Amino acid sequence: MFRIDFNKLRFLVCDDNPHMRRILRTLLHSFGAREVYEAEDGATALEMYSHYVPDIVITDWAMPIFDGLELAQMIRQPESKGNPYAPIIMLTGHSEKRRVTVARDAGVTEFLAKPISAKGLYQRILNVVANPRPFIKTKTYFGPDRRRNTNSAYMGPERRVGEKHEVLQQPSLLDKARSTI
Amino acid sequence: MAKNSAKDIEVKAFATHQIITQPNPLRKVLRRVDEKDLDDPVGRAEQALAGLSGEFKDWMTIEVNRLSAAYVAIRNDGFTRERRDELFHAAHDIKGDAATFGYPAASGIAESLCRVIEHAPDLERVPAELFTHHINAILAIVHENTKLDTISVSAELSRRLRKVADDYLTQVNRDRPEHLEVILAPSIAPAE
Repeated sequence: MFRIDFNKLRFLVCDDNPHMRRILRTLLHSFGAREVYEAEDGATALEMYSHYVPDIVITDWAMPIFDGLELAQMIRQPESKGNPYAPIIMLTGHSEKRRVTVARDAGVTEFLAKPISAKGLYQRILNVVANPRPFIKTKTYFGPDRRRNTNSAYMGPERRVGEKHEVLQQPSLLDKARSTI
Repeated sequence: MAKNSAKDIEVKAFATHQIITQPNPLRKVLRRVDEKDLDDPVGRAEQALAGLSGEFKDWMTIEVNRLSAAYVAIRNDGFTRERRDELFHAAHDIKGDAATFGYPAASGIAESLCRVIEHAPDLERVPAELFTHHINAILAIVHENTKLDTISVSAELSRRLRKVADDYLTQVNRDRPEHLEVILAPSIAPAE
């Protein structure tokens, strides 16, 4: 069994709603965190990110100046002097599947749809602490590996070129039919 | 603590991408413990949240007043980008917060209002009653929620408003498949 020493973690919380910031601060302090920095917009969060070098960022999506999505994109700059690898947990009232995809493609590590719960937040933090994913850099993406699971049954084209299995052959329906005769 | 030095970072380059691995920079905060030594951080946090609950009614009142003021500004002076955004953000915050504050039906109605604002092709042409019914319902739920017998009424109100809003959005977006797809897609929000 593992326990997280929250008192060794530094958090940056970014939400324009003061009530949600208060709730997040309360939850994180209850988990045992001591260092919780708060920003009410994306620009301030980016400044604090450079200054305090947090271990984990928890951000809302909809915020003034620039939003949580833009904040994630600005943190995920591979050439930046700061740390482009910090886990980003997006906590948002948006609850449509397409939003999850957009957040994932901006380099967000975990997505947590509101309403917030202590359990949901704890699980996301545990996941980013205990199971970090490698980072992938392509022409259009820099962020945690978007493939969470290896699907050994996957049949189809390999979209990342140059790895060991560049193309996974998918038998045609005709071949499948023949093999079952 | 969160950042490894450059020498710890391993980069494997492929034709179209790089895979970057590094030792887990947060490994030092993970401690193996016996089951008997496990504490209950989630339970502790839930208790702390319950300790805040005495303030939830006041917080919710602030949120609904903001929503109401945003709509009054629109009713008086019409839609502008800023006023539309303020109405959306006020509704969106209620959608996200209300269930935590003990008003799940208000959260559902705020979600329905967000969908109207986000997916109606022309907000000026949305019947005013669709806005006022949503906003008045949220106000009523927050002001009347102390009565236990109103909870099922609130949930029913939320369901009906959502249906009216969805029927309207389906009708006005019949030629906009990308919106229709989103309107008809299931939510990923945790169940109440």
